[in-house]
Amino acid sequence: MGESPSRSADARTGGSGVTTSHARPAGAVASAGILTGTPLPTGPEFEPGPGMGGGGALPRRRTFGAERAFRGLSVAAGTMVLVIIIAIAIFLIAKAVPALRANQVNFFTAKEWFANEGRFGIAALAFGTVLTAVIALLVAVPVALGIALYLSHYAPRRIATTLGFLIDLLAAVPSVVFGLWGREVFIDPVNDFAAWLNRYFGWIPFFDSEGPYGRSIMLGSLVLAIMVLPIITSLSREVFAQTPKANEEAALALGATKWETIRTAVLPYGRPGVVAAVMLGLGRALGETIALAMTLGATFGISFNLIGSGGNSIAANIANGFGEASDLGRGALIASGLVLFAITLVVNMTARAIIYRRREFTEVAA
Amino acid sequence: MAKRIEAVGVTAYYGSFKAIEDINLAVEPKTVTALIGPSGCGKSTFLRSINRMHEVLPGARVDGKLTIDDQDIYDPDVDVTAVRRTIGMVFQRPNPFPTMSIFDNVVAGLRLNGVKKKSILAEAAERALRSANLWDEVKDRLGKPGAGLSGGQQQRLCIARTIAVEPQVVLMDEPCSALDPISTLAIEDLMFKLKDRYTIIIVTHNMQQAARVSDRTAFFSIDRTGDPGRLIEYDATQKIFSNPGVKKTEDYITGRFG
Repeated sequence: MGESPSRSADARTGGSGVTTSHARPAGAVASAGILTGTPLPTGPEFEPGPGMGGGGALPRRRTFGAERAFRGLSVAAGTMVLVIIIAIAIFLIAKAVPALRANQVNFFTAKEWFANEGRFGIAALAFGTVLTAVIALLVAVPVALGIALYLSHYAPRRIATTLGFLIDLLAAVPSVVFGLWGREVFIDPVNDFAAWLNRYFGWIPFFDSEGPYGRSIMLGSLVLAIMVLPIITSLSREVFAQTPKANEEAALALGATKWETIRTAVLPYGRPGVVAAVMLGLGRALGETIALAMTLGATFGISFNLIGSGGNSIAANIANGFGEASDLGRGALIASGLVLFAITLVVNMTARAIIYRRREFTEVAA
Repeated sequence: MAKRIEAVGVTAYYGSFKAIEDINLAVEPKTVTALIGPSGCGKSTFLRSINRMHEVLPGARVDGKLTIDDQDIYDPDVDVTAVRRTIGMVFQRPNPFPTMSIFDNVVAGLRLNGVKKKSILAEAAERALRSANLWDEVKDRLGKPGAGLSGGQQQRLCIARTIAVEPQVVLMDEPCSALDPISTLAIEDLMFKLKDRYTIIIVTHNMQQAARVSDRTAFFSIDRTGDPGRLIEYDATQKIFSNPGVKKTEDYITGRFG
């Protein structure tokens, strides 16, 4: 590379020369010189710059540039998350504490909810929240994993694309629509199913109810199951599809059938991803508000009876009760929100613990 | 333990593309046979046809006749999983199951065959790891992830996994191409040892390796890109490398082509 006066001049002044060389592919300019052994082309587009390893003195380090600006932005964004979470926690606690002080019954064990009169407990609501979410997952997870495996490993490509698209579409349906549909349409087949369950499986406490059936834990859970299905399906399909071909071939070459290959190579590889998908689904199920407010019976009691009219959840209760709540009542609802926050936190931490326990195997896999 | 492989008029396709055409060769039991040739000449395709791994790819199929001790492996009545258990395979890149421990990797094939008893699995794992010259290096950490080993160790782990199910034939698809020279030597030593019990067919780009490890060598080639690969010459390794019968083989071996 030849020396050129203008280049060293640029290098000494630092700033501008470096910036212009960044603006166009500097490598191309440098290598052109190396390969041809001729001076760098000149002209409006190829004004001789300092080059990447150019001659002259080293330019001074810049005190401000895109590098620092970007770093500042990402730190700010990261901090923002923390600030928001702390702000929410402070808000919840500050509003909840006065109401909890004014409560005349034990908040954690009482089942009733007369918040405006100062008698309210979270027991029935928390129970209903966890029960509906768990049943929804019990129904949704096997179906979702089945669909995900079908899409990633069995279905011909065209069917997989169409079906995958339909499932993603299901995720885009607003929850209030699910609520309406559940309450107006889905309720009839569920009622028939409940009556059938009671007739033949009434000896199991879950299904021991003579009716009325109507808006029940089962209806709410099934609607919830349909709502979490797309999340779990599309995330699981992604992780299953990412299984290295080499691992699937290894299993096949050992004489595995298709299903054995999936069991040996695909499912273990996808496990952390599936756990994460299920936890995301659980998070959505726990927090789901309007669909449950419309499909649960809004009663306050603890019962494992799934088919009888009844059931409630924290989020649904907030939606149903906020309109007519007094100051005290609002504080009580916010206190219940705090409990929901805590439940979600525990769920998330459990999920992380499950993934962390197997980190030795998943890290090297990644 | 070892069986004879014979290919008669084997032609393999990827969709409408003919990858190899009319391959005829016989591999005797307890020998090492090397398949050499330039890239794209179909030697890997031929190798994968031998244990019916070729057909795993969408649109891939094989015509012609491939027999193991006179039994046609492409007979519609033959169970493909049984073929692959009989004819094991080691791949180009080490591919231990990343979620499994060293032990679980070695016995994966046995578990697939329904072996559950701990003592049998432990015994088989030790035997396979000893055969693969890996036992001393891993015996104290069998519970650790298989993917945590070095590349050469991983490849020997894959060999152990393959021979744990006691196949008749072991196919190796460029088993050393991702390994350093020391690991390569370890695997070559291993091949000498395994030859006593198995029929081994190895694809390699390394002609010194073919000359070192194999008893017989098959040279594959193509005329032009897009043409199917053909078997040009198949003879004793000694003869192929000292006095090849076909000009093309000589050109390839002396580095004048490919």
